[in-house]
Amino acid sequence: MTSDVTQKPAQASVLKNLDAVRAMIKRHKFNDYIFSAIGLLTLMLVLLTLLILFSDLVMDGYERFNLSFLSEYPSRRAANAGLLSAWVGSALVMLVTFLVAVPMGVAAGLYLEEYAPKNWFSDLIEINVTNLAGVPSIVYGLLALGLFVYILDLGQSILTAGLTLGLLILPIVIVSTRESIRAIPIAIREAAYAVGATKWQVCYDHVIKYSYGGILTGVIIGMARALGETAPIITIGALTFIAFLPPSPVTEVAPFINFEWLSSGFTVLPIQMFNWLSRPDHAFHINAAATGALIIIVTLLMNGTAIYLRYKIRKNIKW
Amino acid sequence: MMSEATMALEQTAKQAISPRLAKNVSRNIKERIIEFILMLAALSAVATTLSIVAILLYESLSFFKTVSLVDFFTDTQWTPLFEDAHYGILPLVSGTLTTSAVALAVAIPIGTISAIYLSEFASHKTREIVKPLLELLVGVPTIVFGYFALLFLTPILQKIFPELPGFNMLSAGIVMGIMIVPYIASLAEDAMRAVPMSMREGSYAMGATRFQTATRVVTPAAISGIVAAYILGISRAVGETMVVAVAAGQQPIVSFNPMESAATITAYIVQVALGDLPHGSIGYQSIFAAGLVLMAITLCFNILGHMIRKKYREHY
Repeated sequence: MTSDVTQKPAQASVLKNLDAVRAMIKRHKFNDYIFSAIGLLTLMLVLLTLLILFSDLVMDGYERFNLSFLSEYPSRRAANAGLLSAWVGSALVMLVTFLVAVPMGVAAGLYLEEYAPKNWFSDLIEINVTNLAGVPSIVYGLLALGLFVYILDLGQSILTAGLTLGLLILPIVIVSTRESIRAIPIAIREAAYAVGATKWQVCYDHVIKYSYGGILTGVIIGMARALGETAPIITIGALTFIAFLPPSPVTEVAPFINFEWLSSGFTVLPIQMFNWLSRPDHAFHINAAATGALIIIVTLLMNGTAIYLRYKIRKNIKW
Repeated sequence: MMSEATMALEQTAKQAISPRLAKNVSRNIKERIIEFILMLAALSAVATTLSIVAILLYESLSFFKTVSLVDFFTDTQWTPLFEDAHYGILPLVSGTLTTSAVALAVAIPIGTISAIYLSEFASHKTREIVKPLLELLVGVPTIVFGYFALLFLTPILQKIFPELPGFNMLSAGIVMGIMIVPYIASLAEDAMRAVPMSMREGSYAMGATRFQTATRVVTPAAISGIVAAYILGISRAVGETMVVAVAAGQQPIVSFNPMESAATITAYIVQVALGDLPHGSIGYQSIFAAGLVLMAITLCFNILGHMIRKKYREHY
């Protein structure tokens, strides 16, 4: 380029302008660096919050980290109080939630993707699913209070809580089912039809089986959400002080299972945490912190598994 | 509706393929039954929406038999559980709006900057690491954020503002803001990533820098998606329960000062649900009326958000 400068004065002025433009771009590039730094800092701040949140809980609650915390009932003395009824309650509620949300969500997703005619009817269902995902969780609690607790007279039971949370995570399961079904190429279905399979055989033997991983991801994320949900369960009026366990689902005499536990009173981990948190005595705050750490560890593990699973699936499956 | 001709055609086709298959009536009946069951499952979503609306309206109607609509929307006191009962929803609405405003003041700048950075500046590797982490942040239960607001942030804020009460809307709002950052960031980033590469390349070809391209080309092109992310974020903040129930206080007062303690709609519902109110009492009905207002507010924002996203999305 330097050799060109000697040729014509017009070209020289162009080059001079070019230099000016280059200088300007260079100046503007400085903004790039500034914004890069700001952006990175902001992201770090957000992620740091997660870290601070977690370490704060662990530091506040570490003295309660022992097995007796999991094997004791709640108590009026903070140091003796434990989580036994809460974690058992959570486990049983989650079981009901799973049994409600998974079959219904997968069936609904399958219907919307494979069976539903593309008309106002499927649009209606679709709009409903989108809207339900945006309904505040406490409104599900009000629904459960009015419908399950009083109209259907199920009481403030494990069944009511499980049904409520099942409805709450239904949109999550439906959406993830639909997304993973949509990723299966049409050729798979055509191949099955070509050998004489019925629609259900295609769906059951191929579509569902190949979208299994994606559905599982959605289910895990939904269950993690259900585990941490507090507001709807408080709204149905769950008791916060429970010093007994629901009847065991498994019995020693035939028929070996009973369903009495479904109608039992209960408490769950986040409610126990809320209860301890709302007491003025600081000793109970330590229990709340330990409970919070437990909830956050379990939900992070579940969500982490789901995210990892999704990453694996995206990487491995190439149709 | 199947015409005679197609039915006949189907009949011959079945016989032509395999006589055994054509005779298999149970196969067809089974298919129909399965389709019907699947449809019922899909309809459960519609049923849920309908029952939410029905329950809220039904209980609210009995509430509004006692309380006039004018009182409900103009009275500035909300004391349904007191001897001298007042039923004005305004204090709860003002509390809800104030905490949401604080949350948005935190979430919109941080969310937008994160989205621009992730979409336009970050390397592929950074994005691959950060996006899952943001998703993890979305999964943290809200009660844990409530703990954070009450026992971590409030003491810190009290050192800066000594007159800050133990329960205040500022701390609850800030934590709620942090909570919805990942939500806004990921929606806004999706919108920006949908802007086609050729537009960025055009901008670079004119000598624009990354920052200029991001702020003057990509952001305007994705603005509808970004605004929709904000609106869906607002709806999140309005419906958020546990953080405000734990950290913002229970006192229903009309105040837009975040340094005060005030109840929100959701906090009031929790407060009543924790007590032991008899079914059918006015206090019991009042939480459904409050829930109806909450549902109406969030529904408006949700519909608006989805409409903006769908309608004003630029098609490239």
